[in-house]
Amino acid sequence: MNAGRKTKKIKTIRIDVEKCNGCRACEVICSSFHSAPKYSGVNPARSRIRVVRDPLKDIYVPVYAGEYTAAECTGRDRYVIAGKEYDECAFCRASCPSRDLFKEPDSGLPLKCDMCESDPPLSEPMCVKWCITDALTFEEREVEETGGETLEEMEVGLEDLAKRHGLERLTEAVARMAKNK
Amino acid sequence: MRYAETGFSLEVDLSRGNIEKTQTDPGLTELHLGGLGTSARTLWDRVPPETDPLSPDNLLIFSAGLLCGTPAIGANRTIVSSFSPQTRLMAFSMMGGFFAPELKYAGYDSLVISGKSPELVYLWINNGKVEIRDASHLRGKGSVETAEQIRAELKEPRAQVASIGLAGENRVFFASIEQGRSSASRGGLGAVMGAKGLKAIAVRGTGDIQVARPAEYIELCNQVLDYIKVRQDNPIPGVMPILARLGSPQEMAVHDEKWHTENFMWGNSRLRRKGFWTDEIAKQWTHSLESMRKRLISCYNCPLKCGATIAPPGLPTYMMKCFSKLTYTMAAMSDLDFGLRIAQRATEYGVDAFSTPQVMAFALELYEAGILTDADMPGFPSANDERFFWLLDRIVRREGIGDILADGTHWAAEKIGKGASGYAHNTIKKHEQLPLKLGMLNPIYFLMYSTGEKINITQIEGNFPQAPFLKKEEREAFVKDWVQVPDDRFKRWLLEWEPRGEKSIPNYPDVEATCEIVNWQEQMHYIDDALGLCAGLSSFPLKPPYHLHNLPRFISAGAGIDMDEEALKRIAARNRNMVRAVNVRRGMRREDEKPPADHWKNRFPDLEAGLLDAYYKFKGWDGRGIPTVESLNGLGLDFVAKEFKERGILAKEEEKVP
Repeated sequence: MNAGRKTKKIKTIRIDVEKCNGCRACEVICSSFHSAPKYSGVNPARSRIRVVRDPLKDIYVPVYAGEYTAAECTGRDRYVIAGKEYDECAFCRASCPSRDLFKEPDSGLPLKCDMCESDPPLSEPMCVKWCITDALTFEEREVEETGGETLEEMEVGLEDLAKRHGLERLTEAVARMAKNK
Repeated sequence: MRYAETGFSLEVDLSRGNIEKTQTDPGLTELHLGGLGTSARTLWDRVPPETDPLSPDNLLIFSAGLLCGTPAIGANRTIVSSFSPQTRLMAFSMMGGFFAPELKYAGYDSLVISGKSPELVYLWINNGKVEIRDASHLRGKGSVETAEQIRAELKEPRAQVASIGLAGENRVFFASIEQGRSSASRGGLGAVMGAKGLKAIAVRGTGDIQVARPAEYIELCNQVLDYIKVRQDNPIPGVMPILARLGSPQEMAVHDEKWHTENFMWGNSRLRRKGFWTDEIAKQWTHSLESMRKRLISCYNCPLKCGATIAPPGLPTYMMKCFSKLTYTMAAMSDLDFGLRIAQRATEYGVDAFSTPQVMAFALELYEAGILTDADMPGFPSANDERFFWLLDRIVRREGIGDILADGTHWAAEKIGKGASGYAHNTIKKHEQLPLKLGMLNPIYFLMYSTGEKINITQIEGNFPQAPFLKKEEREAFVKDWVQVPDDRFKRWLLEWEPRGEKSIPNYPDVEATCEIVNWQEQMHYIDDALGLCAGLSSFPLKPPYHLHNLPRFISAGAGIDMDEEALKRIAARNRNMVRAVNVRRGMRREDEKPPADHWKNRFPDLEAGLLDAYYKFKGWDGRGIPTVESLNGLGLDFVAKEFKERGILAKEEEKVP
C-alpha cells in the first residue's frame, strides 16, 4: 500500500436494469423506512428511489435521489442503449424543477437518498434487502481520497489573477480580505 | 384514525355526472375487512335482485383489499364486483398489477360506479381531484392502446389505467377489464363497464397509507419475504413443476408443456392428445416463447415474476400471464406462435382468455357438424388459424354470427338450436370452464366445482395437494413442515390418502374430511379477496407464506383491528355467506350447483348427493343451498335472514323449512 495515499469507503448500490421486474418494492420499503415513526406509513411518492418504468418499451430504471438543483437542464438528451430509447432524466438523480420526482408531495421539499442511515447501522439499505430479484445489490468500495487542492494548484490560479489584475491589486485585495476576517 | 384503509369511498354516478367522496363506516371494515367482503355487502344493500346486469341500476365496484398499499408483499389486488350478463349472478374477479395501491394512495378504498353515461367517457382520479372526461376519441381503441393514450394525454406516465377494448364497448358477455400486466377477466365485467359508457379509469395517488403498529407489521412483512426466498430455493418435491413454487403457475418462465398439452383438452375442451409433446414441438415452442418474451415481470410489491412482456414480430407489445399462454393455442389445435400472436389481438379487444378460445372452438365444432353453415358464416376462411382470427374479430364487434357467439356457449347454443346445446358442454352456471376432463370423480373437486361462486376452479383450490403423493415417505416429508394447515387432522388426511385402493378417490377423503378440506381452501381465497392479497402468495400454492396463523397478526398490526384465528374464520364465513346471499336472492339454487356432466367419466350420483348435502349442512345452508336463519343470525347477518323471510326464500317462523 502506498503510505502517502489515503482511502475511504464508498457505499455503492449496483443497479442491474436487466434484473428489474418492475415491482417497486424498493419504493415501498424506502418510503416506509423513512416515515416517522419509522415504518408507520407508505407512500411511494415520498420514496428516495424511483423505478422509471415503461413496460411496453421494456424500460426499467431504478434511480436514487441525489442533490437538489434549483435550475433545470437547458438541453435534455436522449440515449439509445441496446435499441431502447431513454430520456436523460431516467438516469438523473437530481431533485429539480423539471419533474416531481424526489420531492415531498405535500411540501415540495427535496428528498435525498441517505443509504438508510441508522443507529445501529443496517448491513445494507432497505431497498437492497427487499429487492430479492437482485436488481439492486450493495457493495462497499475503497477509493482513494482526492484530498482537495494542493498549494501548487492554488498558485496556478493566483498567477492567473495576478496576470489579469496586477500583483499589486491582488495583494491589496488579499490584505483587505484578511483584515476583514 | 383509520389504519391500512383510507376510510373513504369514491362514488361516481355516470348518469348525472355526480362525483362524491364518502366516508365509510369503520364498523363495516370490522365485519367484512374490505375488498370482496365489503363489495358483496354493497351489492346486497344497493342492487335489487331484479336488476339487469347491463342496466344503469347495476353497480360496478372496484375495491382495494384492506392490506393493499401497505408494505405487505403481494397486497395489490383490486376486486372488481358486479353482476354478470352471462351467469346473471354476482361476478367478482381479482386483478393484480398496480391499480389498487394507487387507488389507496389517491385516498380511496373503493370506487363505486353507478348509472350510465350518455357518451363514452373515462374517469381521471388524481388524488382528490376527480373528472369525468370525454372518451369519444378512444372509441374502438384497444385496451392497451387506450391506457397508453390516456397516460400520454394526461402527461402522467405513472397513472394506472384500467380499460376496456372493443369487446367491453360492445358488451361481449366475456369481456375483460385490462390493467397493466393484469386483468379482471371472468364474468363479463368488461361488458358491464361498456354498458355504463365507461372506457377507462385512470388513477394517480401521492398520499400516505398508515399502519397501526409499525414495528410489528414490518417484522411480519420481513418474515414473509424471508420465507419466500427459502421457498423459491426449495421447490416442493413430488409435485409437478408448476405447483412446486409460489406465485401463479410459472407459465411465462417454463418451456416444458408436456403436462398441460397432454392432460388438458384441446379444441372446445374436447380432445386429449397423449403423446403430443415431442422434442420437435418442444424446440419449436421454446423458440416461439424465447423470441417473443422480452422480460418476466411482476405486480406491485411482489418479487415473483408471473407475467411477461410479449412482443410478437410485427405486432405491438403486450403483457401476458399464466395459462392464457396455452388457451388459444389448444382451442385452435395450433402452435404457440399462433397462440402468442392471437393473444395480442385478444388483449387489445379485452376478452377473457378462458372463455373466448372455447367459444371460438365451439363455433368451429358447430360448423364442422353442419349446425352452423356457410350461410351463417359468410366469408369464413378455410385456413385453421385464420378462422380463429376471423371469429374473434366478429365476436368483439357482434357482427353476424359473432353477435350470437358473444353471449358465450350456453346462450349461443340456445339461440342456434339444432342440437347446439350438446356442444356447449363445458360450463358451470353458464360460464366456460378450464378445459379439463378426467376419469375418476374427486370428491374435493366435485364440491369445489359445484359450489364455488367465483365459478373458476383456480380461485377456490390451492393449499391442499391436488392428488395424493405416491409414496408414504413423500407424504411424511411433506407434512413435516406443513405449518399452514388449520390443524393436524389435515396432515392425517394427506398421510392416509392413497393413489388407489380403499383410501383413494372417490371415497377418500371421506365426506367429513372432504367438507373440511374444501372449506379450508375456499376460506383462504375469501380472506385473500378481502385483504387484497395475491392468491399466488396465499390461497393458491402449496405451503404459502401467508396462512391462517399469521394473517390475523397482519390485520391486528396493520389495521389495528383485534384479530385472532377464530375471528378471522368467522369473517371469512360471513363474507362467504354474503356472496351466497346475493346469489340466492337472484335465484341461485342447488340445481345450478354442478360441474359439467362430462367433467369425470366415472360419476357416483348417490355419493355426490351425499357430499352436497353434507357440505351444505357444514356451511350452515339448507338442502337447497340457502343459508339458514340460524347460521345467518349467528354471523350477524340478521338483515339477510329477515329479507329471505319477507321474500319467501326462507320459510317464516311458523312454517317448516323444507
